[in-house]
Amino acid sequence: MRAATAEAFVRSPGYWVTVLRRFARDPVAVGAAMVVLGLILMAVFAPWLAPQDPLQGMTLKRLRPPGTDGHPLGTDELGRDMLSRLIHGARISLFMGIVPVFTALVAGAAIGIVAGYAGGWTNTVLMRTMDVFFAFPSVLLAVALAGALGPGILNSIIALTLVFVPPIARVAESVTTGVRSRDYVEAAKASGAGALTIIRKHVLGNVLGPIFVYAMSLIAVCMILASGLSFLGLGVKPPMPDWGLMLNTLRTAIYTQPLLCALPGVMIFITSISFNIMTDGLRSAMDIKA
Amino acid sequence: MLAYAIKRTLFTLPIMLGVSLVCFALVHLAPGDPLVSVLPPDASQAIKEQMMALYGFDRPYHEQFARWLARVAQGDLGTSIRTGRPVSLEVGKAVGNTLMIATLATLIGFVLGTLFGFVAGYFRDSWLDKAASAAAVFGVSVPHYWLGMILVIIFAVQLGWLPPTGAGPGGSEAWVWDWVHVQHLILPAVTMSVIPMGIIARTVRALVAEILSQEFVAGLRAKGLSEFGVFRHVVKNAAPTALAVMGIQLGYLLGGSILIETVFSWPGSGLLLNDAIFQRDLPLLQGTILVLALFFVVLNLAVDVMQTTLDPRIQRA
Repeated sequence: MRAATAEAFVRSPGYWVTVLRRFARDPVAVGAAMVVLGLILMAVFAPWLAPQDPLQGMTLKRLRPPGTDGHPLGTDELGRDMLSRLIHGARISLFMGIVPVFTALVAGAAIGIVAGYAGGWTNTVLMRTMDVFFAFPSVLLAVALAGALGPGILNSIIALTLVFVPPIARVAESVTTGVRSRDYVEAAKASGAGALTIIRKHVLGNVLGPIFVYAMSLIAVCMILASGLSFLGLGVKPPMPDWGLMLNTLRTAIYTQPLLCALPGVMIFITSISFNIMTDGLRSAMDIKA
Repeated sequence: MLAYAIKRTLFTLPIMLGVSLVCFALVHLAPGDPLVSVLPPDASQAIKEQMMALYGFDRPYHEQFARWLARVAQGDLGTSIRTGRPVSLEVGKAVGNTLMIATLATLIGFVLGTLFGFVAGYFRDSWLDKAASAAAVFGVSVPHYWLGMILVIIFAVQLGWLPPTGAGPGGSEAWVWDWVHVQHLILPAVTMSVIPMGIIARTVRALVAEILSQEFVAGLRAKGLSEFGVFRHVVKNAAPTALAVMGIQLGYLLGGSILIETVFSWPGSGLLLNDAIFQRDLPLLQGTILVLALFFVVLNLAVDVMQTTLDPRIQRA
């Protein structure tokens, strides 16, 4: 009897190790993760990778098609090297895709965990407020906020954060409500632990995983929305090389240099599809049923 | 059933009030003078004050909100600062135009999405599933405003089959359902349809896979029911959720039409919103956002009630 119990305690690999192993067995998801890593490296090392200054234009060499001598991807409407602008664009575009989701993750998780753990009136007040923002279609809310606040990086981040707080808070609230009634939380309460200690020691570890993965899946949406704001002229301001903004300023050349106009969108597309495939893979690796 | 519908409607009222408050507050987040777009910079202080009083901008916020709400409840959204026409008129016309492309896009997305979803769910892990799932990932990942530009490049610039922008020779004022006008719908609607296509395909795939793994399906097959008969049961079980997702997608498309309408210069609510933002036409901005958001709330309500009616298994308190 004793021996059998001891045997059952043979250390199993941790949860995240199991998830990573399952993830590694999905070649498409691993490929997407490599692309994401590549894009992040491209953003970090942009000044060393880009052949030319992304802001320095040459008025004599405007709107050259891809394949031009010295400009493998051509030049934009102000004669700036497209390749260099696309490489540098990874910086601001990834930043605008990731930062709002992370600020929303912090705020939304805090609201959701407090609402879920406290229950009662606190829950009602917090979650009904979230419902009001949830009642707006996401693009409309982002555009309305960015439109009211005016263009700029900071205003876009504020607008996008407000778009993503309610969905994250909802997920956090439902996960926390599930954890709250577990035996170990009851046991901690019975042994006199305070609310903060219980949240820190017993709730956070069990709810942050699902919330984090949900937030990861929002990065692709955020990228597309942020580029969309820049595309409308409500996001990043020129001359900063942002992929969405580049789509906007190159739109006028759609009849003369169609291939050139399509390039920034290709980058947005590659980034968002890679993030989507990667998080899909991560989610199915975490789904033990599948 | 009716009791549920009434209860659900009552729960929606505070949300609507909250939405109105957000719409009202949004406009006051905007830095600067609300009349900056109409008054010349050298307007005298007296004229400025007179205009502020005319639009009610000189009152305290809570009073402005109460008055605005009272007028909105009567269907009066104020006057556009730029055109001087009633906001309700402008918004009504624009929403109608957006509904044309959004409805068409939702239908295309629903047909393709359910088709892909069923194929993927039925033949799980086959190459058909992989292809259909790839189409779904494409739909949710592609920046649709960029896809719109690509379609314009291919079908309008290169091939010359379809018009690149606009709503036809007479604009939206003289809209008629003939080919000259209808061809303007095709590119915006197809571009828009990739989003609901992707989301509906994903939902339906998961639904179908889940339903097929249930015991009653094995039971039906064991009883010797034909594969078509089983298929009918799957459709019946998947329909309420799929239709609900479709309804909500229509709301998202209507509210999020600004990007596509900017690409195609389609004279809908998105383009109106764009104009209102860049010309700082605050009453128009407020009105457009409010109408679109309230439409979304009502649509969600309708979808929820419909889903409960279609699927009596859903027990809602």
